[in-house]
Formats: sequence, structure tokens, C-alpha cells
Amino acid sequence: MKVFRPLLALALGLGLGLGVAAIAGENPWHVFLVLVKGAFGSRYDLGMTLFYMTPLLFTGLSVALTYRAGLFNIGSEGQLTMGALAAAAVGIAFPNVPVGWSWLLAVVASAAAGGGWAGIAGWLKAKRGSHEVISTIMLNFIAASLASYVTLEVLKNPESQSPESLPIGTSYLLPKIPGLEESPVSLALVVAVAVALLLGWILARTRFGFELKIVGQSESAARVAGIDVGRMQILAMILSGMLASGVSLGEILGSAHRFKLGFSPEYGFMGIAVALLARGNPIATIGSAFLFAALHKGTADLDIETENVTRDLALVIQALVIAAVSAEGLWDRIFSPRRKGQAQTVVDTKQGGATGVVSG
Amino acid sequence: MWSLDELSAILASTLRLSAPLVFAAMGGLLSERSGVIHIALEGMMMVGGFVAAVSTLAWHQPYGGVVAAMIAGALFSLIYAALVIPFRANQIIAGTAMNFLAMGLVPFFSKILYGNTGSTPSIDLVDRLHWGVPVIAGVALVALLSGMLARTPLGLWIRFAGEHPEALASAGISVKRVRFFSVLGAGALASAGGAVLALSLASAYTRNMTGARGFMALAALIFGKWRAWPAFFACLLFGFSEALQNRLQGVALPWNPERTIPGQMIQMVPYLVTLVVLAGFIGRARAPRAIGSS
Repeated sequence: MKVFRPLLALALGLGLGLGVAAIAGENPWHVFLVLVKGAFGSRYDLGMTLFYMTPLLFTGLSVALTYRAGLFNIGSEGQLTMGALAAAAVGIAFPNVPVGWSWLLAVVASAAAGGGWAGIAGWLKAKRGSHEVISTIMLNFIAASLASYVTLEVLKNPESQSPESLPIGTSYLLPKIPGLEESPVSLALVVAVAVALLLGWILARTRFGFELKIVGQSESAARVAGIDVGRMQILAMILSGMLASGVSLGEILGSAHRFKLGFSPEYGFMGIAVALLARGNPIATIGSAFLFAALHKGTADLDIETENVTRDLALVIQALVIAAVSAEGLWDRIFSPRRKGQAQTVVDTKQGGATGVVSG
Repeated sequence: MWSLDELSAILASTLRLSAPLVFAAMGGLLSERSGVIHIALEGMMMVGGFVAAVSTLAWHQPYGGVVAAMIAGALFSLIYAALVIPFRANQIIAGTAMNFLAMGLVPFFSKILYGNTGSTPSIDLVDRLHWGVPVIAGVALVALLSGMLARTPLGLWIRFAGEHPEALASAGISVKRVRFFSVLGAGALASAGGAVLALSLASAYTRNMTGARGFMALAALIFGKWRAWPAFFACLLFGFSEALQNRLQGVALPWNPERTIPGQMIQMVPYLVTLVVLAGFIGRARAPRAIGSS
């Protein structure tokens, strides 16, 4: 039954979210139709949904990987910011690199920046005991300030009124997807899906994936098995940051072709919901990213299509979905009410997935 | 280098800016000492700040606004308590969900009430809280909580719920009830912190004005090793970093008097301080033994 829980959680979250919309005096069915029409109503709408799916898949994978290792990386936002900034910076500094090499250069720079930024939190966790939730939140704010400084003071486009960098070299631009040319979705989506499949294979079939899982399930068991837990945690964070930096493919190389301040509508935070709905499984993350991209695209239309409800409803729905997925005890009660005694155990030391004592 | 006037100004603004953190950190203390991790202090502060502003705008009673914020925070915490206590949700994940919920619900209600999602209307000067009130109330709260935890039966129950829940259960006290009480209390206190932010430090509730203060309060709690007074002094340190941030605005670069220190660099100060404090000076902090278990 565990397979169906995320779907039920999604339905519950969506249903409750529409119920919240009813408080604002909107007809929930109408709101639902706006969401569906906004996400899939036309070829362009579908293209936009797929465009949003690209970064959400990268950030979803970023969170999913650390989730496997028992860490909770809520710093994908800062990591993708640093990654996108680095991608834009090399695209501006070396505009004449031939096609192909340009992509390699951008990916390496972006992954190094995103991975390095996440590595700070990983190192702090493994060596200094700083809880990754708090340190990544702080790093998100620091990254936002850094990006603002670099964009406005170093890479500023003097011909533009909006806060954005100079454009990157044309050899960096990624091709569009045939049939969806009028929307900004690019081949970055194909890369994202390929990365998801690759990560799924790595986690399921390799020694590294196995060790990561052991670290996530029990640090003490991992130590007994001779695994260097700290090293695995740092490695997981670095890889997670590299995955988050993949956002720069769709956003910088694929569509904006420059670094725009505030380009990310909190893709990093949405990635948390994406990863949790997929229960940390990279393959399932593909479907989950698509659903949340549809939600993001659909709710964007609420601003114009309804009187009182705005796109902020997406945050409410995401929150409710995360809460519903995480409420283990709720599902245990629904599916196996006879095991009530077990559900009422006073101390249940085992918790699935990313546990962690906030112990500094 | 700084004159006496400047020093006293920095001291005053340190106290002023620490107050919201003190309330939130004491809320976190209550919850975490009872064994429930509280990553959602940030969301509670958002709810508190917004409700305090709405209530004060409607009835022109700032103290009533604080009370309304505390009630709203406790009610909002009911969701968190239900998720983590009977439904055994992972506390970090459920806390994150609560933060998202607050981030989404505040603009939702702001749109219904005021027609925009950015900021509430401005609160009249006469309806604001004088900054001294939350400072004094904060110190009193720290004294009260540390005394309560150390000396009263309730405090003993809370500490046992966090350290030896099985012992508490075998003494016939419901661990779940003690934790429910603590989580609701934490929501009320963190919301009071948000209210201070909206009513005393600012003159409205602005979107996401909490600016990770809930997480700083959590860092202060950890830095203070889950003890009331040390956590209070950690809050003062973070308050000082914010005061320094304000003080540095418009100051010339030491090596180039033509230019001022970039605003973005100044904005980073409190977050950098939190990061460094969290990493550097923890020593052997020990969380309550049963924290995180459900």
C-alpha cells in the first residue's frame, strides 16, 4: 500500500488546498479548472509546465539525494543561485568558446559553484556538528546577497533597466524542443530526465548508493560497517549542490541567457515538496516534478483568473502535501487500524528517512 | 573610535533587535526540552506578526494584538502538534511544511483583507509598542521559564518528556499531553516574537519580514545548549549583529573613502554570524535525549 500513499497525500493536499480557496469565496471546482487549464490548456501552457519541470526536477533530485543520506538539504535555493551565477559568469567572460565546449565549461563551473556551496554545509555538519537545516538556510540568504552584489556591481548590464547581468555568449544557448519552440522549454529537460535515470541507477545499483542508504538509515550501523560517515555526508551534500546547479541549464543556457536577479520563484523550496512526494526515489521524482510544475504553472493563472486567490495557494498546497506525506501515523491508522497499539508506543526511536536531532 | 552616544545607541538597538529572537528562542526551548524539534519557529513568527498587525489595525490595541498573535500561534501549532505527536511525522519535515503553510497562508489572508499580498497597511504611531516593553517582558520570560523548568512539577514533566519519556509514562503522566502543551506554548511564544517584530520594530507586517529570525532563534537555543539564560545571551549576540548591520549602512570603505560598504555585504552580517556561531563555539552541546522521537 505504501506506493499509493504519496498519491493519496497529493489528493488530500490538493483537496484541502482547494478547501482553503473556498474560504476566500472562490468555487473550488472553478479554481481546480483554472489550475488544469493553466497547466495543460494549450501547447504553450504545456511547454511552460515542462519549462518549470526542468528546474524542479534538478532541485527535487538535489533534495532526494541528501534525503537518502539522512540529511535534509533545504539549501538548494542558495546552491542553484551560486550555480546559475557561475554559469552566467563564464558565459560572459568567455563568449567565444565553440559550441559544445561552451556547455561543458558552463556545466563544470556551475557544478563547482553549487557543489562547493553545498560542501560548506556538508563540512560544517560532518566536522563541526552544525545542523544542515540551519546552516543551509543561512547560506541561502548569503548566496542571495552575493548574487545581488555580483549582478549589480560586477556583471551588470548597463543597457538594461532591470537588475540583470550582461548576456552570455551565443554558443552557450541550448536548442529548443521540437514542437514546443514558442515556449522557453529547452533540451535541458532531456538532460534533467537523463540525470534522474542515472541517479536512480547509481542509488539502486552501486556501492556508493548502498553506502549512502546505510548512512541514512543508521549512522551507527554505517560506522560498524566501516563507512566514513562524515565523508559520505560531505560527498552527499556536494553532489546535492551539483544537482541543484543543474537549474542553470534550463534557466541561464536554455531561456534567459543572462542572470536575472530573482529568476527563481523558490525552485529550491519547491524541490523539497518534489522530493518528499517521490519519497526520495529519483525515478519517481520525474513524475513528482511534473506534477508540481503543473501546480506552479496552474496557480500562476490564479492571479488573473480569480478575484481573491493568488499564486500563493501553491505554497499552501505544497505544505499540505508535504504534511500529508510525512504523517506516517495517519496512514497507519487508515490502512491498518488493528495495529493501534503499536501506533501508540510512547517512544518510537526509529523514524524513516531524513531524521536528525537539531544538535548544533 | 565610537563615541559614548554611539555605543549607547548600539546597545539600545541590540536590546531592541534581540527581543523577537528571545521570545522565539524561549518557545523553541519549551518545545525542544519536551522532546519535540521545532524547525517551524519561523512560520510561527510569520503568523504572529501578521495576526498582531491585523488585530492592532482593527482594534488599535497593541497589547491585544500580542495576545491575538499568541492565540493564533497556539492554534496554528495545533496542526504541528497533531502531525508530530499522534501522527508521528518526521519533525524536521513536518516543521518545514508548517513554514511553507505560514508562507502561503499569510499572503492568502492579506489578499482577502487588504487586497494585496505584500504588506499590511501601516499601523499608527500611537498604536505601536514602545520598544522597552518587549525587552523587559523578554527578560522576565527568560527568568520565568528557567525557574519553571528547574523548580516546578510542570518543568520536571517537560524535562522528563525530553530526557526519559518512559520514566514519565510509568509515573502515570501522559508524555503526549506534556508535549502537546509544550508545542502549543512554543507556538504562542514564537508568535509573540513575531508580534514584537511587526508592532515594535516595524509599523506593519511585510511579507517574509521574519528574515530567518526563527532559525536564528533555533541557532541561539543550540548555542545556549538548550538552557534559558545562555540562549538569551546568544540572542543578544545575534541582536548585536543586526544592530551592527544597521550601523554599517552608508559607512565608507576603510581603504577607499570614496565608496561605502556595499549594502549586500552588510545584509550578510547576521547570517554569517549565525553560521560561524553555530559552527565554532558549540563545544559539546547535548540535545535532550529523546528529542526527535515520537
